[in-house]
Amino acid sequence: MNAPAYNFAYLDEQTKRMIRRAILKAIAIPGYQVPFASREMPMPYGWGTGGVQVTAAILGPQDVLKVIDQGSDDTTNAISIRKFFAKTAGVATTTSTEEASVIQTRHRIPEAALHANQVLVYQVPIPEPLRFLEPRETETRRMHALAEYGLMHVKLYEDIARFGHIATAYAYPVKVNARYVMDPSPTPKFDNPKMDNCPALQLFGAGREKRIYAIPPYTQVVSLDFEDHPFEPYRFNAPCALCGAENSYLDEIVTDDKGSRMFVCSDSDFCEGRQAEGHHGALSAAPYKDKAQGEAQGKDNG
Amino acid sequence: MTTIAELPPGFADKVLSAQSTFRSVMSAMARPGSVQRIVPMAGAPGMMMRGTAAIALTLFDHDTPLWLDARMTESSDMVKWLKFHTGAPVIQDSTIASFALVSDGALLPPLERFALGTSEYPDRSTTVIIQVESLDAGPSYELRGPGIDGVATLQASIKPSELFERLRFNETLFPRGVDVVLVAGDAVVAISRTTRVVNKGS
Amino acid sequence: MYVAVKGGERAIENAHRLLADARRGDRSVPEVTLDQISEQLGLAVDRVMSEGSLYDRELAALAIKQARGDLIEAIFLVRAFRATLPRFGASEPVDTGAMRVQRRVSSTFKDIPGGQILGPTFDYTHRLLDPALAEGFVPEAPAVAEPSTAPTPRVTDILGRDGLIEPSPQAEAGDSVGDLTREPLNFPADRDLRLQNLARGDEGFLLAMGYSTQRGYGRNHPFAGEIRFGEVEVEFSAEDVGFAVPLGAIELTECQMVNQFKGSATEAPCFTRGYGLAFGQSERKTMSMALVDRALRARELGEEVRAPAQDEEFVMSHSDNVQATGFVEHLKLPHYVDFQSELGLLRKLRQEFAETNAPDALKEAAE
Repeated sequence: MNAPAYNFAYLDEQTKRMIRRAILKAIAIPGYQVPFASREMPMPYGWGTGGVQVTAAILGPQDVLKVIDQGSDDTTNAISIRKFFAKTAGVATTTSTEEASVIQTRHRIPEAALHANQVLVYQVPIPEPLRFLEPRETETRRMHALAEYGLMHVKLYEDIARFGHIATAYAYPVKVNARYVMDPSPTPKFDNPKMDNCPALQLFGAGREKRIYAIPPYTQVVSLDFEDHPFEPYRFNAPCALCGAENSYLDEIVTDDKGSRMFVCSDSDFCEGRQAEGHHGALSAAPYKDKAQGEAQGKDNG
Repeated sequence: MTTIAELPPGFADKVLSAQSTFRSVMSAMARPGSVQRIVPMAGAPGMMMRGTAAIALTLFDHDTPLWLDARMTESSDMVKWLKFHTGAPVIQDSTIASFALVSDGALLPPLERFALGTSEYPDRSTTVIIQVESLDAGPSYELRGPGIDGVATLQASIKPSELFERLRFNETLFPRGVDVVLVAGDAVVAISRTTRVVNKGS
Repeated sequence: MYVAVKGGERAIENAHRLLADARRGDRSVPEVTLDQISEQLGLAVDRVMSEGSLYDRELAALAIKQARGDLIEAIFLVRAFRATLPRFGASEPVDTGAMRVQRRVSSTFKDIPGGQILGPTFDYTHRLLDPALAEGFVPEAPAVAEPSTAPTPRVTDILGRDGLIEPSPQAEAGDSVGDLTREPLNFPADRDLRLQNLARGDEGFLLAMGYSTQRGYGRNHPFAGEIRFGEVEVEFSAEDVGFAVPLGAIELTECQMVNQFKGSATEAPCFTRGYGLAFGQSERKTMSMALVDRALRARELGEEVRAPAQDEEFVMSHSDNVQATGFVEHLKLPHYVDFQSELGLLRKLRQEFAETNAPDALKEAAE
């Protein structure tokens, strides 16, 4: 039987070259979706194959990799992808946003400000921001070519007419460098302002849809809105129950079937960091130190 | 005639050298005007600089038609080296080139002759790699645009001297256009199609 | 007190162990072997090879075993392995006219050169569950005859000789073969890429699309010109050898549909083609494929594109079961943060609605 032998970071060199060329063009044309010959990966389409291919194409032995899903390092798919790279590329992994050189994410941008030596790789399900308004690729491609984004504004305006607000809470469309309308992937709109003028390079990979796009560092990213209905990031108005943070995006935890709920940071590294610094929320458990010891076994040290 | 065995070698470690070189080029493209270094060593034939050779080994292959300036085309060793190590088809028609290698800026053809992409597919454009004298000494240039925190200053000795004036055609063409990679030895600077350059002249 | 859920890594490991245990099932039942799968579930192996795009019976059997009989999962396993294999090039076109035919039927002519050959088929079985098969059944030896040496020309070639059917398009020498696994797909797509997409496409999807054309959604008046199944030789032309090297034989099923004719003031009317090809014995797949191939040729044949089966962007974007299953099933991944954002918006809208629609008395009382 043909027993398989796999290359560093899984992808073969020819595939990496193809993806690397696509990344360079994506950076050169901010917000434009570069078609690439996405490969079949050993994990399902829709589970991060685009992000994984981008990460595999840029990752080197000197990198420190962080993988998050829903803001957390400990969600099952984040663990699965982190293990994939620890195994195929032997890279160091971390849960610390600060220490990571490459961060692969699904649905969140870390709370801690990113720095210039970092690359943020987004997993993208549907890269085309106009797709839900116009299902045909031939049409949406033409609209991007002509920068004809009236359809998107009509949609947002209809929302206002019907609901009094723009009824888009995540994957909220942005305009990059005053040219391309871009889908930020299904991040909550709370995260949109973090994309603007960000010191880190942001790369987006959509495997099933075979597109790569990018936002270079220090690039203008504007959430679409109207003068009389300006963009507003949403955050539940409560401090984190564990660390007391008042400026982080929160997960809602349903604690019983009688309507009780609590709100905690979705960014687990941020929340743990704050607790380690002595911040406490209303419901924090034992002092952080004890908790950390209890968890040591479940943690992934790469 | 040089035999293949006599040609300068490629990367000692294909996988990791290509990765490291790519990261330098990616950083350069992401931060136009910043000087990035290419670390891995590879043999470089004739007038090809180390940085150019490493970029070629990293990004070129059968799928990337390659255009060479006249001086490079004349060097059979260079063409042989490129063909052997990358497999990239060397073409005469610059309008369909994925990459162009310019060993001497004086031989740079009008930029309109390269692939500029289409409005639908602006990525189908030539990346022009130009070898220059220096990327740390010479006249100063002020750069603005995506990838730059405010203003970046590049000191470089570049031919053709009016390169940045010529690159202003990117402004009107956008999103079509060409992206330029400047190489001096192991130093690399990228000027993407969104970069706007003002010559400070001093 | 609340402690965030941890230990996902251990949960994954345990889930994998559970899966392995469930796959093996009751240990007192003998383990199924790859030979058994390959020999006794041969049509499942054929499907996995076809849609997995890799002709390797042993690996396909392994994939079926590993996937616990879930064929889409098995196809996925084969595809992910195939993606790592080096490419040496494209084979010479196989000559299905020279196929060593095991089965061959035509619905257009009563008799054809080389004859109609029923071969191993379910077609005329009565679908009565057979208790004898439950255990220890030894089938009668099949009837055998001397292999026929008579040529078996394709029915479409016979029609083609009289110009009754459009000629099969010939590739230009030096034309490269499109490969949608190596290049990004753009629309409109040429027929080579469309056929590759359909050959890899989900049998159930193609069946439904083909069926829809028969019911009037892009009708193309098909006749099953010929369906043949058998063995063909595969050859490879290596540049430095200078001639075609035989690589071996593979089993294929080919279906050629003869469809509604076209014609114009300048062109004599003739039938048009729809083509289906798959590894192994895959008749339902190749017949469906041929119907959909013909429907997708609407644009080039000057027909109006009105039905889903004629819409290449729709068909090609949704035919792949590995893509489809991944994206449908990704909905079980956590979506906490985007759901939370949606929830926040909905609560706000409901609150505003309640305020606007509150009875006036309440409003006054509030003031």
